Amino acid sequence: MTAQILERHGIEDGRPGAFGLARCDLVMVNEISGVLALEALAQMGAQRVFDPSRVAIVCDHFVPAKDVRSADMISRMRRFAREQGIENFWEAGGTREAGIEHTLLPEQGLVRPGDFIPGGDSHTCTYGAFAAFGTGMGSTDMAAALALGEVWIKVPETERVQFAGTPGAFTTGKDLILAYIGRVGVAGATYRALEFDGPAVSALGIDGRLALCNMAVEAGAKTGLVAADATTVAWLAERLDAPPAPLAPAPGAVYEHHTTIDVDGMGPLLAMPSSPGNVVAVGDAPAGTHVDQVYVGNCSNGTMTDLRQLAEMLRGHTVARGTRLIVVPATQRIYRQALAEGLVEVILEAGGMMSPPTCGACYGGQNGILGAGETAIATTNRNFRGRMGHRDSRVFLANAYVAGAAAVAGEIVAPGAVAPPGAPA
Amino acid sequence: MSAGPLRGRVVRLGDDVDTDAIIPGPYLNLTDPAGLGEHLLEGYDPELSRRIAPGDILVAGENFGCGSSREQAPVAILARGVGAVIAASYARIFLRNAINLGLLAIESREASAGLLEGDAVDIDLAQGVIAGERSGSFAVPPTPPFVAQIIAQGGLVPWVRRRLEERSAAGGGVDHEP
Repeated sequence: MTAQILERHGIEDGRPGAFGLARCDLVMVNEISGVLALEALAQMGAQRVFDPSRVAIVCDHFVPAKDVRSADMISRMRRFAREQGIENFWEAGGTREAGIEHTLLPEQGLVRPGDFIPGGDSHTCTYGAFAAFGTGMGSTDMAAALALGEVWIKVPETERVQFAGTPGAFTTGKDLILAYIGRVGVAGATYRALEFDGPAVSALGIDGRLALCNMAVEAGAKTGLVAADATTVAWLAERLDAPPAPLAPAPGAVYEHHTTIDVDGMGPLLAMPSSPGNVVAVGDAPAGTHVDQVYVGNCSNGTMTDLRQLAEMLRGHTVARGTRLIVVPATQRIYRQALAEGLVEVILEAGGMMSPPTCGACYGGQNGILGAGETAIATTNRNFRGRMGHRDSRVFLANAYVAGAAAVAGEIVAPGAVAPPGAPA
Repeated sequence: MSAGPLRGRVVRLGDDVDTDAIIPGPYLNLTDPAGLGEHLLEGYDPELSRRIAPGDILVAGENFGCGSSREQAPVAILARGVGAVIAASYARIFLRNAINLGLLAIESREASAGLLEGDAVDIDLAQGVIAGERSGSFAVPPTPPFVAQIIAQGGLVPWVRRRLEERSAAGGGVDHEP
């Protein structure tokens, strides 16, 4: 799929290692990458963006503004959107629809199979869930994309990642990608485009695929793609003007690398401090690992599926004494749906608190920063040292079932210890 | 990036130095380079952060700059006056950002392994040699022509400016779109 997509976007030499300019279907920045991009754009002498309808600006990292500096950054992006006639602009509290960029853009129908989308955020690879070539870049690249509608790229080597077998209970898209990163390491896919397949991938809903593709960058990949199948087309049909065409690997597609991971009967996994590659089975976590904070949210796992999984763990229970639970729906639409389904009530009754949609504490921004010596379990995508707060705090990464179970138990336990395996959400 | 020899003192770092370690998330509300530079590598080691001096050469292991795409990381490195980064390997987004900004980022497993902490090193790009007083000499690997052309033009900003001017001269410039 990688070569198919790049060829459609002007890359004439599709051989791995070749350089070229790729045409952009959409260019995305947030307020952190955006402010630096606007400075570079001015230095480039560009007066206008290449096409206002193909630019998306999502203020999500420091929203609601946490201080004067971040408020000024958001203001600057707001002004720029207005001056340039960019309608795809979102900030918290200003519109009915807002949220975290990588969940929001697909929800808004801005991501289609086969698209090429560079974004000023490393997790832009999330759009691979729709067989769109999303890839993260820095601010100067984003300025080039805003000015020209093109970015330079090096054609990546491709790697087919097959997940064989049927995973066990409480196992999700998060666990597939953790299994992969645990196998290859945090630089195991550097500069590669991953293409995920196998029955365990086909069986995932869109939310599970978002989690899977989101963390491709945690292995160093340029993007991670899942074929656009009937699940994708049905999901997008509700959000696009016309249903998209499916996209699958060409018959006889050639990959430079192959990895097969047997996930048959696999249970949920954890990435232990302080690397997304430090992966073990939940049962192999050090016994009695107390958690001060449980954080459910972010661009990988703040979806309806995650909130349902969390609620499944919380129903009939309360958050353990000495533990706090912070829940961050990824978008306003998800928040409303969670209210409608009664999930917010379950969370609040259990003692958890709701955060507005924001990148928040995931990257140490605000709304749940860890103090010295504290331990968190989070459905986020990075657990580098100090990522969520003090240098001497620790973060375990896991799916929402495992996070929910930890909220109830106050320590890391198998979800089955809190709720008997039931019908998966 | 100047083509002349560059001299600096080695500051060694480990593997998988992520961009949160280079410039922690809470500082991303800073927009001036000097302010970002003050916090360079604070997430890695606050003590080491304080002793980085202008001209120093950061010598890292594998996967330098992994994680977040934040360009604030190479901006902080440049603002602090660091002369170059040498690493066994780079995370791709960091390497792009370095190329685009004109930060000299050399990929060499041999130099990464061989350069000694505190050694005085000369980097001569014209000759393609990294020479340490105590550490010995290492070859600078060749740069792909496409990347060399961006670097030769002074980074991506001048490169794009030139393309915009060419489009404008051709009469179909994006500047003139409604």
